[in-house]
Amino acid sequence: MSATAGEHGAAQPREMWTGQVGFILSAIGSAVGLGNIWRFPGVAYENGGGAFLIPYLVALVTAGIPILFLDYALGHRFRGAAPTAFRRLGGGRLKWLESLGWFQVMICFVIALYYTVVIAWAASYFVFSFDLRWGDDTAGFLVGDYLQVGDPGFSFTFVPAVLIPLVIIWVAAIVVLAFGVARGVQRINVIFLPLLVVAFAALVVRSLFLDGAGDGLNALFTPDFSALADPNVWIAAYSQIFFSLSIAFGIMITYASYRRRRSNLTTPGLVVAFANSSFEILAGIGVFATLGFFAFEQGVDVAELEGLTGVGLSFITFPAIVSQMPGGPIFGILFFGSLAMAGFTSLLSVLQVVSAGFQEKFGLTPRQAATRVGVVSMVLSVLLFSTTTGLIALDTVDNWANNIGIVLSAVLAGIFAFWVLRKGPELRYHLNAVSTFRVGGVWTLLAGVLAPIILGYMLIQRIVSLVVEGYAGYPDWYLALMGWGTVAFFVVAALVLTGIRWRRSPDAFRPWPPLPEPTQRVDAATSTEGGRS
Amino acid sequence: MTGTAIFFLVLAIVLVWGGFTVSVLALSRKPDRHDFPPGGVDDHREDIGPVERDT
Repeated sequence: MSATAGEHGAAQPREMWTGQVGFILSAIGSAVGLGNIWRFPGVAYENGGGAFLIPYLVALVTAGIPILFLDYALGHRFRGAAPTAFRRLGGGRLKWLESLGWFQVMICFVIALYYTVVIAWAASYFVFSFDLRWGDDTAGFLVGDYLQVGDPGFSFTFVPAVLIPLVIIWVAAIVVLAFGVARGVQRINVIFLPLLVVAFAALVVRSLFLDGAGDGLNALFTPDFSALADPNVWIAAYSQIFFSLSIAFGIMITYASYRRRRSNLTTPGLVVAFANSSFEILAGIGVFATLGFFAFEQGVDVAELEGLTGVGLSFITFPAIVSQMPGGPIFGILFFGSLAMAGFTSLLSVLQVVSAGFQEKFGLTPRQAATRVGVVSMVLSVLLFSTTTGLIALDTVDNWANNIGIVLSAVLAGIFAFWVLRKGPELRYHLNAVSTFRVGGVWTLLAGVLAPIILGYMLIQRIVSLVVEGYAGYPDWYLALMGWGTVAFFVVAALVLTGIRWRRSPDAFRPWPPLPEPTQRVDAATSTEGGRS
Repeated sequence: MTGTAIFFLVLAIVLVWGGFTVSVLALSRKPDRHDFPPGGVDDHREDIGPVERDT
């Protein structure tokens, strides 16, 4: 037996991104996902069109970027995935805050189970694009021929057309994760992100030359200023920014923990945030120019079209458009290829959160964590989502994981970091000590006060709506089990995992840079280098 | 397209893509600080890594 074996054996160096560009590309790859393509355009259209730009940018600056910086500060200062970072944030008094980290890990675990399925659909439709296999009735093809959707419940009737690409996506993700942060996740992002931008840009350019494209862009960008008086429009803007940026469920904490200690945090954060929004604007132009063509072909107004967001937009409306378009197969290949690539790079980030959490708690190597976590996830994903009840399960779990799980996690993180532990000044000091773009006291106000209040309001509003109105007409017993049951699973799993003993205790840790004495802190805070938010 | 829609399309591009361009330029001009606090050199012995077994 080697001298290095056992609990006190030598530690491997922490994995690192190879540099700033690798980190930024990976963070953008995580943020730019399915929601950028299939959610933003429809949300913008339904909430004031061009006028939506105002609440959208306000939300980006007052909540998106501040929470992104909070995640970066937590991960980078406390050098760990979410459970490690929150445990160290809590210090001796609140070590159990680790459970909030596990809550975030469990959100990622569950999201990965169904996010993979949507990527598998996109991959299938990428193949179907070659011969326009969906035919004339695209809704019937999706629900009937392809997914073979049954009633809400549990079925073990597997759908091979979903199962096979699903397993392929899982195997690919596990292999990438096993290669580690730099050689796996970063390398894929460095290849896929430029490919995604080129493919989607080609799609947008093509869409702009279609008949009716101008009408589609008119529909998207003509402002309805009366919408700004509606609080729900503002909530929609904050939701879009919040769900789009991969914040508050462990991803950016984990990604920031792989940066060298002497790393710029805030300016790369601005690049990531604006890159994500830039892609959303690009997607809005491409999607609505294409919808304008569809309306033109149908002889109707864009306002009369249905299926402008989500699964309906991507797998029903777009295939119908592709079928009518000159050179449709190429357009379909570009669209579904983009969807699959955007989804895959986001999936890797979600899985990396789970993998990193288990690596640190149980002393696993990236390869061990990838295979163990990956295989368990793959089996669950296949059992739950590749059957004839998969679409309904996906829809329900997604709604609760996002609207309850992630929002609750964000509110709790803000409350504990800023209100209970009063770590705002320390985290702000950390950001300013390593970054070129300095954040002022307004950051503490935005991330610690405004964001938790807005997100708390969103959470309460959604809980009331789900309790009173239910969801999508599904039976109450089903929502209790698959919706509220998902949130209960997050809580129970987080508590159980927190209770398990660490393979190596993460508590003997001193954050760098050490917090200076109060007088020095004032000097540091008033230093004039860089900009200020 | 109407003039209003074109205006808001251009405004969106200028603000969002402009924000992206400005942040990229700011980062390329000054990628990192030159005055980090003392310490902070990455040393794997300070990190909690996975246990190494070679048997």
